[in-house]
Amino acid sequence: MDLNGRRVVAIGEREGVTGPSLKLLAESAGADVVFSVTQCFV
Amino acid sequence: MSPTPAILRASYALAHAPDLVRHGSKPAREIGRDPSLLPRITEALRPWDEVVAYPPNQVFIGNREPDDLASIPRPWYENRIDSADSAGSFGRMVTQPALYGLMKLCDDFELVTIDAELADLAATDLADFDHRRGRITGVDPAELRTIAEASNGLDLHQDGRPAGFIRTVHDQDEALTASVLLENLISKATAVLAVSDLLRSARIAAGEIDYLLNCGEEAVGDRYQRGGGSLSKAVGEVVGCVNATGSDIKAFCSAPVHALIAAGAMVAAGVHRYVVVLGGASQAKLGMKFGAHLRNGVPVMEDCLASMAFLVGPADAGDGEGLRLRLDLAGKHPIGAGSSPKAVYEALVVEPLVRAGLSMTDIDKYAVEMHNPEITEPGGSGDVPRTNYRTLAAMAVLRREIGREDMDRFVAERGMPGFAPTQGHIPAGVPYLGHALEAIRRGRLDRAMIVAKGSLFLGRMTQLVDGVSFVVERPAVARPR
Repeated sequence: MDLNGRRVVAIGEREGVTGPSLKLLAESAGADVVFSVTQCFV
Repeated sequence: MSPTPAILRASYALAHAPDLVRHGSKPAREIGRDPSLLPRITEALRPWDEVVAYPPNQVFIGNREPDDLASIPRPWYENRIDSADSAGSFGRMVTQPALYGLMKLCDDFELVTIDAELADLAATDLADFDHRRGRITGVDPAELRTIAEASNGLDLHQDGRPAGFIRTVHDQDEALTASVLLENLISKATAVLAVSDLLRSARIAAGEIDYLLNCGEEAVGDRYQRGGGSLSKAVGEVVGCVNATGSDIKAFCSAPVHALIAAGAMVAAGVHRYVVVLGGASQAKLGMKFGAHLRNGVPVMEDCLASMAFLVGPADAGDGEGLRLRLDLAGKHPIGAGSSPKAVYEALVVEPLVRAGLSMTDIDKYAVEMHNPEITEPGGSGDVPRTNYRTLAAMAVLRREIGREDMDRFVAERGMPGFAPTQGHIPAGVPYLGHALEAIRRGRLDRAMIVAKGSLFLGRMTQLVDGVSFVVERPAVARPR
């Protein structure tokens, strides 16, 4: 998936990949991360 | 010579609370938006006998071992255990009337009123409870209605009918509303049950307890110090720990492991001889995943309130068969460690083992987040324990301690199926301690690691996660090194 120039909402999860990590990844691919958060679903 | 600390006893309790599901945070908000949800939720709740016979609940109170679940077909709610007992080896289940009774006897400020019919049920179901039973009194229904209509607060139900009321104490104080007080009083009441059972099963007088450490997640306080209060002494007071003081440790779901490490350190340092670590239930989490459960046509399984208590003291106390706490093997997730699963487990599991010259296969059992997968899977959260065990197995492969082909065996042998209710801090590794005590007494376990993680980011003060761990050993293994 080409994220360059895309707007991204990054929802991470404690047992997997956290929101800040997703944000960094998406930004490194050129995305504009408009919102990121880590959730705990348990 | 300083005492060797040990976990001498564990006690767990489950309180069936179907009529309180509506007051769980998620159901309360959703029912407020769409009142037609209430009958749908009520229809999907389980009766007492099904909750008692539910295999994960039988494991939680010690009537079955965690590994037994691997041979019981899913769904477990349809494959219930015949002739199941609500009393277990190290825990018990109580009815909802018993829970209301516990709330009444814990209520020092006339927060809760119940009707006479419910009070009679409560007194009957708490027949073997020794403390403050005289406080379980009820009023006639007309008086209950008068109190409810004259006050701000919440109706409390039994079998769907209004049978009680909890009042808001201060109309301008968000920390003393009925919903917050309900959470706090339930946490106190359920912890009282676990601590009372703990002391009775350990055959230790309440007056011998020196210190109490509550690790529950409820925010006790008023508008000037919301969450700054403590439940430890409040619980100890009810069960007669007249010589104890106490404080609370807050660290989200990792608090129980923080508290047990702190308790062990207190004993080892000679500050206190007997410390009780306690954790009451999370009322806010009742019915948290009801939407996913309804969509998938499964029972609303977050219908029980869980609590626990542990006695920490010198290893030579009692029968000398306690779990030796290896404080030198305590693990921590430092601020600078990073928050990927690999980074977290490097810090919590690998680092302390390497420090002691041990390998990952020197641990017989790992107890991680022990959430019951049947509760989490309908919402898409997967099997949390299994995910954690797969991560640990992968790390053992990377460290060349096992082959890639041995991963499944590592998970099966050194892990276990999740069996704990999704009650916040309750599932964080520590539900296994009762089983570990039994396994060590039977000579079936040498060493276990208890691992907990906490979601610090939920409070919006940091993006960090938290985690701590410790190792317990059977006495012969725990000789000084």
